[in-house]
Amino acid sequence: MPKTDMSRRSFVKSAGALAALAGVGGTVALSEDAIQAKADEAAGTEEINWSQCNVNCGGNCVFKWHSKDGKIQYMETDDTGNADFQARACLRGRSMRRWVNSPDRLLYPMKRVGKRGEGKFERISWDEAIDTIADKLKDTISRYGNDAIHLIYATGMYSTTGNPSKRLLDACGGYLARAYDYSANQILVAMPYMYGSDKKKGSVFSPYDAKNASSMTEAADHSDLLVMFGNSPAETRMGGANTTWDFARAREAIKARGGKVINIDYRMNESASGHADEWLPIRTGTDAALCMALIHEFIVDGKTDEEFLLTHTVGWDEQTMPASAKGQNKSFKDYVMGTGYDKVEKTPEWAAPITQIPAERIRELAADLENAKAPFVCQGWGPQRHTNGEDTTRAICMVPIALGQIGKPGTNTGQREAEPPTYLVDSLPNDDADSETGIVPEGGVPANAVTWSIPCYEWLNAVDHGTDMSTTNAGVVDKKNALPDGKLKNNIHFIWDYAGNCITNQHGNIDKVHEMLSQKDDDDLFILVWDTVLTDSAKYADILLPDAMRSEQLNMQTQGYSEWYTGVTVGGPAQQAPGECRSSYDVMADIADKMGVKDEFTQGRTHDEWVQYLYEQGREAAALEGTQMPTWEEIKKQGVFKQALPNVIGLEDFCKDPEAHPLGTPSGKIEIYSEALANIADTWEYDEDQSISPIPCFTPGFEGYGSTTDEYPLYCAGFHHKSRTHSSYGFIDELEQAARQQVWINPIDAETRGISNLDQVRVKSPAGEIQIEARVTNRIIPGTVGIPQGAWHDADMDGDRVDKGGCVNTLTTYKPNALSRGNGPAHSMIVQVTKA
Amino acid sequence: MTQYAFYFDTTRCTGCKTCEMACKDYKDLGVDTAYRKVFDYEGGSWDVADDGTCVTSAFVYHISMSCNHCDNPACTSVCPTGAMHKDADTGLVSVDTNKCIGCGYCHMACPYNAPRVDRSLGHSVKCDGCADRVAEGKNPMCVDACPLRALEFGTVEEMEQLGERANIAPLPDSSYTDPNLFIKTNDDAKPVDSDEGSVVNTAEVAQ
Repeated sequence: MPKTDMSRRSFVKSAGALAALAGVGGTVALSEDAIQAKADEAAGTEEINWSQCNVNCGGNCVFKWHSKDGKIQYMETDDTGNADFQARACLRGRSMRRWVNSPDRLLYPMKRVGKRGEGKFERISWDEAIDTIADKLKDTISRYGNDAIHLIYATGMYSTTGNPSKRLLDACGGYLARAYDYSANQILVAMPYMYGSDKKKGSVFSPYDAKNASSMTEAADHSDLLVMFGNSPAETRMGGANTTWDFARAREAIKARGGKVINIDYRMNESASGHADEWLPIRTGTDAALCMALIHEFIVDGKTDEEFLLTHTVGWDEQTMPASAKGQNKSFKDYVMGTGYDKVEKTPEWAAPITQIPAERIRELAADLENAKAPFVCQGWGPQRHTNGEDTTRAICMVPIALGQIGKPGTNTGQREAEPPTYLVDSLPNDDADSETGIVPEGGVPANAVTWSIPCYEWLNAVDHGTDMSTTNAGVVDKKNALPDGKLKNNIHFIWDYAGNCITNQHGNIDKVHEMLSQKDDDDLFILVWDTVLTDSAKYADILLPDAMRSEQLNMQTQGYSEWYTGVTVGGPAQQAPGECRSSYDVMADIADKMGVKDEFTQGRTHDEWVQYLYEQGREAAALEGTQMPTWEEIKKQGVFKQALPNVIGLEDFCKDPEAHPLGTPSGKIEIYSEALANIADTWEYDEDQSISPIPCFTPGFEGYGSTTDEYPLYCAGFHHKSRTHSSYGFIDELEQAARQQVWINPIDAETRGISNLDQVRVKSPAGEIQIEARVTNRIIPGTVGIPQGAWHDADMDGDRVDKGGCVNTLTTYKPNALSRGNGPAHSMIVQVTKA
Repeated sequence: MTQYAFYFDTTRCTGCKTCEMACKDYKDLGVDTAYRKVFDYEGGSWDVADDGTCVTSAFVYHISMSCNHCDNPACTSVCPTGAMHKDADTGLVSVDTNKCIGCGYCHMACPYNAPRVDRSLGHSVKCDGCADRVAEGKNPMCVDACPLRALEFGTVEEMEQLGERANIAPLPDSSYTDPNLFIKTNDDAKPVDSDEGSVVNTAEVAQ
């Protein structure tokens, strides 16, 4: 999830290093192509228009459209500057013409005429649509209050001006916001207890920047051992300026200096293609058990960095425990060595049957980690998307912490590799960047007047029984204590869904969502959906709006997840939007007008004027830091501007001097044992098969290790697939043909079920059932099956509800995790597979 | 004459198929046709102990391949009309659609399955090495698309510096047609006649 709403101050803070590198990446001069394009344009033949991919892989890869007579013909990608620095689009981006020109595009505003979820709509005018939306907003606000309006989690749009929803709803008096996200939910909640997050201490946790993690480029330059837990950049960060390329370069550099790469996953993912020796197969959801056994070996071998642990951590051993927990055998070392609460020593022999990794292989990996000069340990976001994910993400971080191998050249903090948080231009201002201070940024609107929020995954519960939900039973975030009895004042009565598919497809337990939403009276719930094609979520809309795509408008966006440069791309439209599709900014300005807040919303600027304004603001700020960006006229011609960035070592300052650079935890140290979590564990409400633990530990969790039954004898996890970004691009036939929706199953599990490669099979979980093609492959560990997430749900909801689209969220149970109240069950499933 | 050639790095390829899709976009090809194809070649087995722990010899590597513009192309030698021809200046093999009668001999003869007959067009279709782009001094579309920088294009003299003439499974022995495809192999690469693995994604490989 690239950040596009970075505040000016953040840029200024991080831009110093950038200035020192000015010129390294090279400013891209007006290219010959651009000159030729201008000539062609004058001749009425062909023109070049730059744009970007706007979906949520975080890549923001560059499109170089070739248009003729106002229609796009084909695409090239970033061909500017050094080939190693090019943001080359992946296969999905290269199929964008199929999306833009799809016969499935929504062309007119529509209102629902069938049952909720049935997908029956009737064309209406824009006037009727805008009047209906404004009337429903006013009605919801007057009957319940602004906190009955929920801006549901939605990630189909990354563009500086692409989604002004927050800005509009802020101007209308606010809305119930969501906390966290579906990508890194457990990390976002759990890691601040360990690495801290406190603006006043200057230590803010985010999984999206290289403050608490190192960049992969640092591994390339200085590491001799790269250990990845559930991390496959070749599938999650596929663009050519993203980690897939960083990783390829890191692997080559590490191996050239005699080092190793270890890829720990339940699948031989595509990052290990051509490198079978790098794959260490593990049972899904058991990474923490492996970590405990590794640390056990570090302790037994005398390889832990006791001095570092003494000076930089709380809770490693009895000596470093806080007073409240001393003398109770609650330290992390007690837990690992078998003197803790469960009295189980976490030996490799203990971990072997849990992880399916032989004990001697665990010892080999422990020795590799002990002997490495600069081990770079990182994790993807799959391991935390389990019912024990809050414990797992911290457990993985314990591996480098125990060795004292963080904050040094070539090492990492155990978090996912990340990029420097440096952005050249801002997005349309809204309150988010300064919500804690209440300061309205220049060009901004009043801050959201609803100061509390709900965990994003809890929205369905808030529709159903919001007024029963509190911090202790649902993780409601209410830092200003604005809720008198601690409970939400209202259920959700208005769902605002811009470019999102998290109502059903990307949420969880689709059958349950359908039941809950289809029972709601029209008077009780209004759903607004804005999209380009009819997604499964869109079928639940009361009003469905057809959006113009970014390649059909002037677009500006930053560099996404690239680690080597900060950049901006400006350009478009490459062709006009079809039918009555309109820019979301223009539509929201019309809604603002009906709500009496048009001047606040627009500040007198059109969409294109905002783009120019934001660019020129960014250019001025960059100039103060010594970075010369092209003028507005120049960037419109050249399209792409890039500037090199340095490597980053996560938590380097803290590790060097913890007194001068404390973390944002209460103690200022790494809190292996968190008193705050101990308190939460004692006071929050959760089930026996859920866990909140003050120390990182291995907890199997709901539908985790040990939960299989005779009826559901296999574990099942989802994974990111090359044919889609989540559900985006999920309807493009050329992509589906080239990268099919298939359940991965080991030949051992397939044989006992009479299943052959490419057979149609049924996969059934306690939550639902799908039909899908089988990929019988040695690339998955026995006992676990894997399903690419994001496929489009396709079931007769009035019939058998068997999902022929193979959407993994037909199989996931809706049971938010105990601490994060997030989507842990996304990858914690138990299933049976049978031949269809 | 200059003979152009492709280079492909099997240690970098992640099987993402961006090359294939970039080609499809440029050449406006639909679901049924692909001029560049990506094969998933897999093999290995599992050894599971009584306690459930396991070890495996599983492997996978990908081959991205278009027409290899061979030194001795099988397609041109069987073509009854001379429609399938090798350009004298570049060595790129392409179809003269005015001469092609759509008999399909080229399709049957090519050991790489590069040409196919498009029945709706009535003639053979295949990768022409983006001859129009090459004439302008550019790379074929697939090469500049690769996010992993696993594809290169240039003269045969340049490409043979980077890798060996394509001679690993699941490809046929290079001695049949002398393909102008040079490959960086990987530790798991098997010889051309190996039965240790198989192409498992046949349904994903369009003609």
